[in-house]
Amino acid sequence: MDALMELFKNFPFLLLGAWETLKLTAFSVGIGVILGTFIGMGRLSKIKLISYPCTIYVEFLRGTPLLVQISLIYFGLPQLGIQLAPYPAAIVALGLNSGAYIAEIVRAGIQSIPKGQYEASRSLGLTHWQTMRYIILPQAFRNILPALGNEFITLTKDSSLASVIGVSELMRSGQFVISRTFQTFSIYFGIAFIYFLMTFVISRIVRYIERRMATA
Amino acid sequence: MKKYLKTLIILTLIVAATFSFSQTLVQIKQRGKLLVGTEPTFPPFEFVDESNQIVGFDLDIANELAKRLGVKVEVVSLPFDSLIPALQQGKVDMVIAGMTITEDRAKVVDFSKPYFEANQAIVVRKDGNFRPQSLEELIGKKIAVQLGTTGDLIATDVKGIEVVRFQRFTDAFLELQNGRVDAVVLDEAPAKAYVKKFPKFILSKVVDTGETYGVAVRKGNKELLNFVNQTLDIMRASGTYNKIIDKWFE
Repeated sequence: MDALMELFKNFPFLLLGAWETLKLTAFSVGIGVILGTFIGMGRLSKIKLISYPCTIYVEFLRGTPLLVQISLIYFGLPQLGIQLAPYPAAIVALGLNSGAYIAEIVRAGIQSIPKGQYEASRSLGLTHWQTMRYIILPQAFRNILPALGNEFITLTKDSSLASVIGVSELMRSGQFVISRTFQTFSIYFGIAFIYFLMTFVISRIVRYIERRMATA
Repeated sequence: MKKYLKTLIILTLIVAATFSFSQTLVQIKQRGKLLVGTEPTFPPFEFVDESNQIVGFDLDIANELAKRLGVKVEVVSLPFDSLIPALQQGKVDMVIAGMTITEDRAKVVDFSKPYFEANQAIVVRKDGNFRPQSLEELIGKKIAVQLGTTGDLIATDVKGIEVVRFQRFTDAFLELQNGRVDAVVLDEAPAKAYVKKFPKFILSKVVDTGETYGVAVRKGNKELLNFVNQTLDIMRASGTYNKIIDKWFE
């Protein structure tokens, strides 16, 4: 009973942490989507000078643990004279990481659009960028929406790793409450519940957009 | 495109604004804040209170130091095992985190004079019969500790003790409660606070290790170290130190 009381009492405190988690995720998703769109397109480029670096980027960031990347950016970059505070360091790490995954999603999305559409659009006089902007990407976006939603949910949960560099997001806020109240189980349960709420809402929003776009 | 560019510029500015180099006393004064690294999950030395403030014995020490420099304390809260790397990488000016002065640590950071004497407590389940009276009695047993703490170091030094390490000591106690380990070895003050709150655990023995806590500064940062030592002396002489002791340890 004590455990539940402490959870209720500290719930607003945990919600503050959840708000930080949401902000952290939103920033990172922003970076990830922008980066991922360009790198995803870049990987399909016929110019090797563009496609090779993009491939290396994706393989490297997908092939190393996010925890290592976060630590590297926070503790490693000062060696090169770049000092980032925990919060920006976490945003950069999460953004770069999700950029790699989103790049792969975007690449698959572009490839899912029949080549004929690209050719048709070019023969109508649109440039490569116009074709991408008005013909390919809007359709690709509809196809990759479920995969993107998946990535957003993953990122929401992965943002808990930012706790290792001291970002006061939900996970770390929970640890603060635990060290104050000594209630380990109930607080971890509360944290899990809030993460679930957040990812559930994201999943519903993505589903809603999906349905809207399917009928459009 | 323009929108993206704007976002990018704003992000760059955020990053630039958070650049925080930490160096000598002059720079601390210019900056107007003393960057103190600590892991606020270690009551009563450092913890986050109900109003989301980081408080505790160590924070009061930090505030005294900052007051004498005419600056404010800015706490950089990090997991305990990341504190020394943060100090080395210039993320913080000093670490005040209930950190025991050890030979190994003193190789990579400089410690102030001791500001607190702390021993190690062996905590076990009350419902069991196991009441170890020394570290040697833990040989052949499995124990839980907080990663990188003195408990971790001294238990790891004794051959035959299986040590399970956790980021936070509360997780170590959960492991003890779940019966997956036989004991927890932890600094005396937080162990006492925990056992007081949870009578299902019992403090079996306080091992007199003669260990002391010190303020850590970057290796070779003499100016800051002298300042810390002088301030600690003044605090002891003026009674401020005793007031802080009374405040947090009854």
